[in-house]
Amino acid sequence: MTVQRRVAEATRSARAIRTVNDRGGVPWPLGVPALLGALFLLIPLLALVIRAPWRGLGGILTDSRVLDALRLSLVCATCATVISVLVGVPLAWVLARSRARGVSLLRALVTLPLVLPPVVGGVALLLAFGREGVLGRYLDQWLGITLPFTTAGVVMAEAFVAMPFLVVTVEGAFRAADRGYEEAAATLGASRLTIFRRVTLPMIVPSLAAGAVLAWARALGEFGATITFAGNFPGRTQTMPLAVYLALQTDPEAAIALSLVLLVVSVAVLAGLRDRWLRVGREG
Amino acid sequence: MLGPNGAGKSTLLRALAGLTALTSGSIHLGDVALDDVSGETFVPPQRRPVGLVFQNYRLFPHLDVLDNVAFAPRSQGASRRRSRELAGSWLERFSIRELASRRPAQVSGGQAQRVALARALAGQPHLLLLDEPLAAMDARTRLDVRTTLRRHLADFTGPVVLVTHDPLEAMVMADRLLVIEHGRVVQEGAPAQVARRPATDYVARLVGLNLYAGRSDPGTGTVALDDGGSLVATTDAALVGDRVLVVLRPSAITLHTEQPEHSSSRNVWPGTVDSLELLTDRVRVQVVGRPSALVDVTPAAVAELRLQPGQDVWLTAKATEAEAYPDVTRG
Repeated sequence: MTVQRRVAEATRSARAIRTVNDRGGVPWPLGVPALLGALFLLIPLLALVIRAPWRGLGGILTDSRVLDALRLSLVCATCATVISVLVGVPLAWVLARSRARGVSLLRALVTLPLVLPPVVGGVALLLAFGREGVLGRYLDQWLGITLPFTTAGVVMAEAFVAMPFLVVTVEGAFRAADRGYEEAAATLGASRLTIFRRVTLPMIVPSLAAGAVLAWARALGEFGATITFAGNFPGRTQTMPLAVYLALQTDPEAAIALSLVLLVVSVAVLAGLRDRWLRVGREG
Repeated sequence: MLGPNGAGKSTLLRALAGLTALTSGSIHLGDVALDDVSGETFVPPQRRPVGLVFQNYRLFPHLDVLDNVAFAPRSQGASRRRSRELAGSWLERFSIRELASRRPAQVSGGQAQRVALARALAGQPHLLLLDEPLAAMDARTRLDVRTTLRRHLADFTGPVVLVTHDPLEAMVMADRLLVIEHGRVVQEGAPAQVARRPATDYVARLVGLNLYAGRSDPGTGTVALDDGGSLVATTDAALVGDRVLVVLRPSAITLHTEQPEHSSSRNVWPGTVDSLELLTDRVRVQVVGRPSALVDVTPAAVAELRLQPGQDVWLTAKATEAEAYPDVTRG
């Protein structure tokens, strides 16, 4: 879609909304709760901005511990996203396309982390991959690999929580994709893998991007599973959300400054998703 | 392959391409079994030497025209460069070289069809399938595209199966016509033959003929019609006691307002005008009677006879104009 068309569309829908409101306005039983809801969501963010230690901000943000946490957060969230894409996209494809028995049960189970309290996820990860865990025991004994309380553990905890967001988004795109193009590719001699690589995947790229951004944002904000499975070691497993929580006990100004950084990152993510997610509300 | 919507034309194409598996029967291309339920053979679509041009073309929206056409050679193992060279020569052949870097959304319907045809042929199929290739176009483009399509297909040496519900397209494009209704072949033969001796009401209506089913009387040449009435018809075969079809051109029937007294026609029967429809140079009158018939008259005659719905009329037709032939569909 060209920029001009997009602008024209936006103008058109904005105009449509105005006509509806002009005719009747908002009835107060809807308007008052709506206002309360909006205020409830906006006031805390506003408070964060008002109370931010603007003067000392530079010093706090260049503190090496803060930079460590920020760097660790970005690296781990990105790694978790890459892992989610590498295994989540094939998983989404199987969930969308396989007609094998038990696929719907599998779908329910792999999307469970969406609703599972992250702390529970962390406990589950410990039981699986901890040094005494179901699998972790052998990783430790045979391969000498220890996952809990390491940076790799942070990545695992984040991927565990974030991947379902990507899987759900991409699976929906696979379902909605026009199978006709895949049929056309088959009649042209393309193998099933070629069809996936050259036809199906390119056509769902917008959804894949949206899913990856969602997963990344979720990973960046991960707290519960991370602190349970990976602990809170500065420079190794202490990500931004953990640093914020810790700082709040000792140095509230630093906590506010760190929160502000995460807020800025979130706003940036939202801006990146704007085209996709904000448009849904207008069209749908 | 001609047939009304829902007759099963597309399903047959899908079965030939391998997109739909047969539940009974078999498909052979030359000596090769592509699908055989009894022999448990099923060649998947990617391994069939079959090209399919879909009704809405299904050009890959994320690839430009050149890469769309290069898709088949690339899938069959050619290098990227070689595939693009091959695709380029196909575009050259179809005179659409200048479209190479465009996306499918940026080409017209006629151009998209050429791209789709080039894409299918670039896979070097032994059998080419075309699903309603002209359906998506307006009448003006259709005429141009039909001509170029014929030219482009002329170079293809294998069999071409073209599906349509447009009788004119079928008559112009086909060497052999297969009429399908309700999932079954009801008639097959040369287009001219099918047009002259339609086997079903559907085909008769398409080509604008009156068609009657009945049983012929061995002695007199009279055919007793299933829907009432009878006609004296001529025939070139012995049709003793057989089920026959009688075809009668609307222009071969004469319309009178009073009972003709000294008509040389052997078929004379009364009826009532049901409706009048102005075609370009004549008026088609629908007359209800035993049998009912479409009758073509001149606009001048309509004015002179003051024809109007509900009017009682008489129809005459010469026995030489009513042609009877065996009814193979009803046995």
